[in-house]
Amino acid sequence: MALPSYTETRYRIWHYIYIAICTFVFFFLIAPLFVIFPLSFNAEEFLVFSEGMKNLDPDAFSLRWYKDMIYGTKNPWGLAAKNSFIIAIFATIGSIILGTLAALGLSSRHMPYKGIIMATLISPMIVPLIISGVAIFFFMAKVGLAATHTGIIFAHIILGTPFVVITVTATLSGFDHSVTRAAASLGSNPVNTFMKITLPLILPGVISGGLFAFVTSFDEVVVVLFLAGLDNTTIPVQMWTGLREQLSPTILAVATCLIILSTLILISAELLRRRSERLRGINR
Amino acid sequence: MSSETKILTTDGVPLEVSLKKAEKRNKIKAFLLVAPLLLFLLITYIFPIGEMFTRSIDDRMVTNMLPKTFASMEKWDGKELPPEEVYRSFYEDYKILAEKKEHGKLGQRLNKEKNGFNSILKRLFRKVKRNQIDETLSIKEQINKIHRNFTKVEYWQAIKRTAPPYTMNKYLKGMDMYLDEDGNIAQVSEDRRIHRILWLRTLEIALFVTIFCFLMGYPIAHLLATLPMKYSNLLMICVLLPFWTSLLVRTASWMILLQQQGLVNDFFVMIGLVANDSRPEMMYNKVGTYVAMTQILLPFMVLPLYSVMKTISPSLMRAGKSLGGTPFVAFWKVYFPLTIPGIGAGCLLVFILAIGYYITPALVGGASGTLISNQIAFHMKQTLDWSFASAMGLMLLTGVLVIYWIYNKLVGVDNIKLG
Repeated sequence: MALPSYTETRYRIWHYIYIAICTFVFFFLIAPLFVIFPLSFNAEEFLVFSEGMKNLDPDAFSLRWYKDMIYGTKNPWGLAAKNSFIIAIFATIGSIILGTLAALGLSSRHMPYKGIIMATLISPMIVPLIISGVAIFFFMAKVGLAATHTGIIFAHIILGTPFVVITVTATLSGFDHSVTRAAASLGSNPVNTFMKITLPLILPGVISGGLFAFVTSFDEVVVVLFLAGLDNTTIPVQMWTGLREQLSPTILAVATCLIILSTLILISAELLRRRSERLRGINR
Repeated sequence: MSSETKILTTDGVPLEVSLKKAEKRNKIKAFLLVAPLLLFLLITYIFPIGEMFTRSIDDRMVTNMLPKTFASMEKWDGKELPPEEVYRSFYEDYKILAEKKEHGKLGQRLNKEKNGFNSILKRLFRKVKRNQIDETLSIKEQINKIHRNFTKVEYWQAIKRTAPPYTMNKYLKGMDMYLDEDGNIAQVSEDRRIHRILWLRTLEIALFVTIFCFLMGYPIAHLLATLPMKYSNLLMICVLLPFWTSLLVRTASWMILLQQQGLVNDFFVMIGLVANDSRPEMMYNKVGTYVAMTQILLPFMVLPLYSVMKTISPSLMRAGKSLGGTPFVAFWKVYFPLTIPGIGAGCLLVFILAIGYYITPALVGGASGTLISNQIAFHMKQTLDWSFASAMGLMLLTGVLVIYWIYNKLVGVDNIKLG
């Protein structure tokens, strides 16, 4: 962002103010995530930087909270992590299947009532989570799925499908339908065409929608708080309880692991987005 | 040849008919693809939301508990004390309830309608339990002797008021109003108007968070859209990493930063803004809520703004300047109007998300951090007044749907972009 040499002073000043504001905002966005890292290695029980940490004294750092997270007595994190992964994986699979099918239908130009159906399918994303939680809880209680993994998985499929529908519909908007017609004219049946032609082309969209669904499920706490019994506690629920009662450094160890996980997800999402754009011929 | 010659397909069917058939088949095919998800959502999600509505207006409890009373009350005009027949059927209904031990619920419900009802019903219960009421004599006289309040017509009117199977009471309660004895809408006394405070606070926080997000999001979205790709991709990580990071992790980090011995306060002491012994409390009040929620929702503002700004050609600004506009004028007259769709999308998205938030305010907001969502959760889990929770939820939902509708008109749901 070099300024041309003829720029007047006042615009030059304004430009530097603008850069300063942007720097501040970026710092504001990203810095809080980096506070957690060092504190999770704190040797003491307090959530402040000790004198030793400020002086980079090796004795002030330790892995005790990570050990506590994994081996601690009456430790809820193991069960919570297992539950979280099981629920998120099944919810993602469910969301991908239902969402992709729906997106295929919605992208057809023959689809009747497109507007209202799209609005209905997207609605779980727009309706405040607390209301979704209440409604889903009423349903699950009625059919006897409250406090079961199945109930929570269904709830997360509800919350996750809108993301799959949106990303796959977006991928399909740049989709050249003549390739499927070509396949059909060469004697391929619709299922074969879908598996061999359509799916590989829209796969980046499907996976990136799936990532959204996974993260939504993995991070969701409001609905789970309504539905979960003691056996279905998830990582977010444990964090919520922990943060409300007392902030222990073990939570920071968990949080660090979650940040690493989200970094991995971010990288895969970015790679997928680029691949998808390349496939759709959008070169920038 | 007639002028109405129809083009036929090879099977001899007119082309028009054949095309229509194909069109219909395609429609069904498309619909069948959407059907599984649509059915799934309708059953598990949309209908339960509808059920919330019936639950919120359902008032059949008393009706079911006192069936004979209401049957005999139909003939009673409600101006003077009801006739013997009403007393007798009320006594019979009550006796059944007392045997089933459900009389307590009736007392509580009727006490809401008319203060003092519960205590006189308890007296009646004692008499019924000891079989001290002689069914061969006038029940009216015997009941009236139990307590003088039974001789007051207002108490019988209160029963009659609960007759309709549906009520708007829960909605009125959500707005700190109630139906008084004459059936008029009245406000609760000033010191008990808690819900209105919550609604206003929810709106206020959602509004200010939206404004803060806009003020911070606009400059960086602009920077991201104008920088060369290799730099902007790097900076985009600053937006996307928080976006992908767990909400609770981000809330936890703000709890660490904002505490009294936290880094933000350390910094303020270091630059001499505050004295070490008078560090301000930045958490468990509105400051904490605003700071944390703004950071958490900021990506939802930046991403729609960025995707709109990316499409604006830089030559437009150059054209504006070359036609004599100063950079400020060119920005205000050319660039800014072109970004309005993005502003609308971002602001509405952030506002909708903020208005239903409750995890972050509950953790960093302290006593002043309770929003309407917390109140709904409280009634769902603690007081178990599910019909009231449903009523408040639907009031909130109505508000959000209005905004969603505007959003749809302005930007269209299918234009939502993710990442």
